This record gives sequence, structure tokens and C-alpha cells, in this order.
Amino acid sequence: MKPMDILKTAVTNSFRSKLRTSLTILAIFVGAFTLTITNGLGTGISNYIDTQIAAVGSSNAFTVTKTDTSGTPGSGPQKYDPASRRVAAGGRPGSTALVLAQSDLDAIGRISGITGVSPVTRLSPDYIQWAGHDKYQLSVSPLAGATPQLDAGSGLDEAGSQPQLILPSSYVAPLGFAGEAQAVGQDTVIGITDATGKAHTVTARIAGVQQSALLSAGGAFINKALSTALADAQDTGAPAAAKTTWTAATATFAPSSSRQVQDMKSKLAAAGYTAQTLDDRIGTVRTVINGIIGVLDAFAVIALIAAGFGIVNTLLMSVQERTREIGLMKAMGMGSGSVFALFSTEAAFIGFLGSAIGSAAAIGLGTAVSGALARGPLSDLAGLQILAFAPLSVAAVILLVMAIAFLAGTLPAWRAARQNPIDALRYE
Amino acid sequence: MNTPPPDPSEIGFPMPVPILAARDLTKSYGRGPDRFDALKGVSLTIDRGDSVAIVGKSGSGKSTLMHLLALLDTPDGGTIDVDGTEARSLAGRRLNALRNSMFGFVFQQFFLNPSSSVLENVVLPLKIAGVGAKERRARGMAVLEQLELADKAKNKGANLSGGQKQRVVIARALVNNPQVLFADEPTGNLDTATGRIVEDILFGLNRDHGITLITVTHDHDLAARFARRLFIRDGVLIPTDEEHAA
Ligand SMILES: Nc1ncnc2c1ncn2[C@@H]1O[C@H](COP(=O)(O)OP(=O)(O)O)[C@@H](O)[C@H]1O
Ligand SMILES: [Mg+2]
Repeated sequence: MKPMDILKTAVTNSFRSKLRTSLTILAIFVGAFTLTITNGLGTGISNYIDTQIAAVGSSNAFTVTKTDTSGTPGSGPQKYDPASRRVAAGGRPGSTALVLAQSDLDAIGRISGITGVSPVTRLSPDYIQWAGHDKYQLSVSPLAGATPQLDAGSGLDEAGSQPQLILPSSYVAPLGFAGEAQAVGQDTVIGITDATGKAHTVTARIAGVQQSALLSAGGAFINKALSTALADAQDTGAPAAAKTTWTAATATFAPSSSRQVQDMKSKLAAAGYTAQTLDDRIGTVRTVINGIIGVLDAFAVIALIAAGFGIVNTLLMSVQERTREIGLMKAMGMGSGSVFALFSTEAAFIGFLGSAIGSAAAIGLGTAVSGALARGPLSDLAGLQILAFAPLSVAAVILLVMAIAFLAGTLPAWRAARQNPIDALRYE
Repeated sequence: MNTPPPDPSEIGFPMPVPILAARDLTKSYGRGPDRFDALKGVSLTIDRGDSVAIVGKSGSGKSTLMHLLALLDTPDGGTIDVDGTEARSLAGRRLNALRNSMFGFVFQQFFLNPSSSVLENVVLPLKIAGVGAKERRARGMAVLEQLELADKAKNKGANLSGGQKQRVVIARALVNNPQVLFADEPTGNLDTATGRIVEDILFGLNRDHGITLITVTHDHDLAARFARRLFIRDGVLIPTDEEHAA
């Protein structure tokens, strides 16, 4: 029998008992629908996280701090070490962090693979103001290599001498702009107080407006020129030690494999520094989300396995019903292989129908729901499509379901194939 | 190899090799105390173009013998040669090819697929043989013409009278131009007039196309029309039908 004839016959046969086939397809539909939805959820959320990560920093950079080797809380007071300086750190009150000096930056720069080290200066501007409108508090994040998602304008010019910033979209209306488009290209005034309490102002141009996003709470992105200008203003009159110590540094490296990254990390650790990539910091969020999606996937697969038994049952009944027909075909010279192919093709076809309809319904419904959510409850998180359907993963779901269906079909198909023609013809 | 078994060989075909030769066929059903010997050593030879009736009462082993000769079932003992080749040596593909193109079967029941059209039912052996759709149609229609069923080609298998069904079954058996046509009680389910028409078709095929005809029947009037009759009782061939006064 030609493969095309086997396929056609299998398709025709699957529609012979419409009610039974429909019920089996319905069972597969439920599994495929669920699996497509959970898959879409995974794709949607991880797409979002990826763009968010890109928005807060480069993936080719470590945030390096000095490893705090002081004992665990409760182990008594630590001996004073004149070589290490501590500053108050964020986090729980009273906690401190070791600072980095120029010698530390040099040491980090000597680690093989590190292409550049720059200190992270903590800048605390007082306000931002545009054209005499109200002043608003501002925090800035000078993370090199960040590619924030822009609503308007363009990215920062890191090489130029003009101080620039990317304004979070939430500032647009308060600062007095009519819209995002108007804000782009405007000069704002940033106020900052120096160590002696004297107020300074720096003029900075708005290069672009950033989408409101989950991970951008760090504040406005600024370019090198602006961060230098702000740092100069802030450090006026500060003791020399404060100018040359930092709590953290950004160490950049060339695009590397995760093994190379791991290698650099352990070298830094050996030298007494803690290095974290952005992925490290965001990793836990991802792990939790992947865990949740994994559980949902497991439920979908359980549903599919249940549907698989439905296929076994449906086909066993078909084989039973068609015993004589199988006998007749074998009597006419149909090989066991063709009989097997006929029934397993039928199983795979039923699987295909169920999964194609299930996936199509999931995509239709999911896109509608996700669109409604993005416009409604999730509208604060610009760019979040909670359900995203990648063609490849939808195809993978369909193929997986067809494979399960095919496997379910092998038992009945094998039963059909091994029948002796005359026993089959005598069967009443 | 082909030592002539007890065979009247009244037919003067110059063929050196018989198309079917069976020796000492035995076949039992069941095991232990339930064991039933359906055939107890049957030997026969059938030449090309012959028309043979296998005659016996119900339960005498006619169908069993025909199934063995048609290679649908394997004997417990004895050998069958098809066109000089020992059947036991055939397996898989070659056996399937033989069943498909050399033999045609008309079973006791019709075994038509009621939801398929008459034409689809008829071309099933061609489909199994891997013949293309166009040629299938042409050959299917040709054989339906031959059996005066062309106008029923599109009917569903279920919507036919008994005689029409039997003719469809014969068309199906003929579509792949078999050399041997087996028929198991082909008129058993038909009224006398319709049965007569079907008989005429079968003998016409034997006479005009040289198809070897092997028919199982318990009808002595039908048996009388064949060139040869093999009488069977309780699983053995007997020389005459005197004891079979119907
Ligand atoms: N599959 C089977 N299992 C058990 N007994 C069988 C089977 N097939 C046939 N028989 C028995 O073998 C004998 C011969 O059967 P069969 O060849 O069909 O007879 P006929 O066709 O002459 O009526 C009968 O007694 C029948 O009951
Ligand atoms: Mg019988």
C-alpha cells in the first residue's frame, strides 16, 4: 500500500465512528490546550524578563564587591583591621560593607578576561526640574551597557561630552511636558548637594523616555558625561578618602561562554571579591517562574497521558470492530507492516486533530486574554504580554501530542497487525 | 517432485506443473480433549484452467481445505505447491504478493465495507498492491462493466441487494486479474434465480478467461456443472458422492 493511501485510509477510518473519535479528540484537546497555554505563559514571562534584564544592564558585566569575610552574626565583635574600611550599607540597619580602593580596582582589572573596571559611584541628586516647573526627586543609575526599552527618543551617547539622561516615563507629566515626544531633546536641571552642604546644578539633556517597567526602579539612566559632572559636583569639598573609595565596581568582559564567566568569577572569588552578573541577581526570579510553569506543564502532560489511554481504548474498539476488515485486507495480501502503519497513522492523526484544534484554541483565547490583561490589570508593566506563542514551541507541543498518540496507537495497531487472516474472517 | 496423487487427470492440458498440488494435508482445531481434526490427510492436484467443485456436507471441512489451498491458513501437516513452489518456503512479501495478485477470493460472507462506495470496495486489492488512484479507477470501472454493475459504482456497499453484493464481491476478486478464483458457497446466500446468474458469471470467467475456478459448495446441482468434483466427508476425500444424497 502506498504511504499516501495509508494516510488517506487512516483519515477516512478515523471519521467512521464520529462520536467516539470526537470524544477522544476532546480529551486530547484539553491536554494540548493546557500545554499550549502553560508554554505560552513560560514564553511570555521569559520574553519579558529578557527585555527587562536588557533594560537594567549589560549581560557582559559583573558587579564586583569586596567579599565580607567577617563572621556570621553572633560570633562576637570583629577585630579592627586598619587596612579595610567600612561604610554603611543598604539592607538591614547597622549593616556595613567593605569598600573598594583604587588598588582593588587594579587587582580586579588584572584578572584575565576582564576588559575594563569602573567604580560605581553612589550619586544622590536632590531634584530634577524643567523650565521653571516643579522640582521632583530623582535617583540615577549609571549602569554601563544597559539597553532600556524606550518609548521615545534614542539611547544615551556614552562617548560624547554632553550630559544626557533617559527619563522614566512616569516623570513626563509631573515635570510639565505635554507628552513624551516633547520631552525628548529638552534640557533639564539636576540639583545636587556637595559634601559641605552647598547646592550645585548640572544641566542634562533628555535623550529618550523609558517605558515603565518591572525592574527599572533604580531610577533614570545617565551617560558617562552626566555621571562625571554629578560626581564632580557631589565630591566638591569631600575628604580625599571618600573620593577614592567605592562600595562597588563594574567589571566588563568580552562576550563569553557561561564556563568562562564561571571561571572569571572563581578567580575573582579567590582574589577576595564577590562578582555577580545580572543573571545571577535575576536568576532566582527565573527559577521560581520556571518552577511554577514546570508544575503546570506536568498537569498538562498528565492530562495528555489520560488522553493517551482514551486513544488506546478508541483504537482497540476500532480494531475489534474491524477485525473482519483487517482479515479481508490481509487475505488480499496486505502486509502486517501496512496494517500496523494504518492503525498507528490513525492514532497519530487523531492526536494531530486534537492538538491542532487545542493549540489553535489556546492561541486564540490566550492572545485575547493576554491582550485584555495588557490593556487592563497589567497595563503598568509596559511590554508584558503574559502569553506569547512561539511557533516552534507550539509545533513542539503538537509533535509531542502526536508522539503520545502514536505510542498509544502501537498496542492496538500491533494487535491488528498480528491477526491471522482466517481467524479474523471467522470472527463474528 | 510432483508425484501425481490419486488424480483422474481427465483434462488434457499439456501443462507440466499443476497450479496447485496438495499432499497429506492435516488440520486440527483446538487442543487436548477439545481437539477436532478437521482435515485428516487430503491430497489433490489442480491444473491451470481447471474448474473444480469441493462438495460435502456442512462441517465436513470444505472451507478449511479451501483456506489452506488459498494460503490463508497453514496446515498442521502436509505440503502445498503453488505453481511448483512449495508454499512453506514463501513468507512475508512473496506470500502477500501471491495472495494479492495470483489468487482471488469470494468468501462465504460478503465482507463489504458498508460505508465505502462499490468502486472503493472493488479496488481494495489494487490499493493494497500499491496501484495508483487513476489506474485503480479505470480497472475498477472495467471490472464493474464486465459484471454489469457500472451504474452502481457510486452506491454505498450497504445499499445493494444480495445478488448485487455477490457480484461486487466477485468483481473485487477479479480486479487484480487472478489466475485462481476461490469461491466459498458463492450462491449460498442467494435465491435460485440470482444464484444461477452468479454461477453463469463464474463459469464464463473459467471458460472465456481461463481462470482456474475452485468452488466450495454443498449444492449438487451446482457441483454438476464443474469439470471436476472432489467429495469430502469428515476431513477426507472420498471417491464418489453416493453417500451424499442431498
Ligand atoms: N476456528 C475453529 N475452531 C474450532 N473448530 C473449527 C474452527 N473452524 C472450523 N472448525 C470446525 O471444523 C470443522 C470443519 O469446518 P469447515 O471447514 O468450516 O466446514 P465446512 O466449510 O465444510 O462447513 C467443523 O466441524 C467446524 O466446527
Ligand atoms: Mg464452510
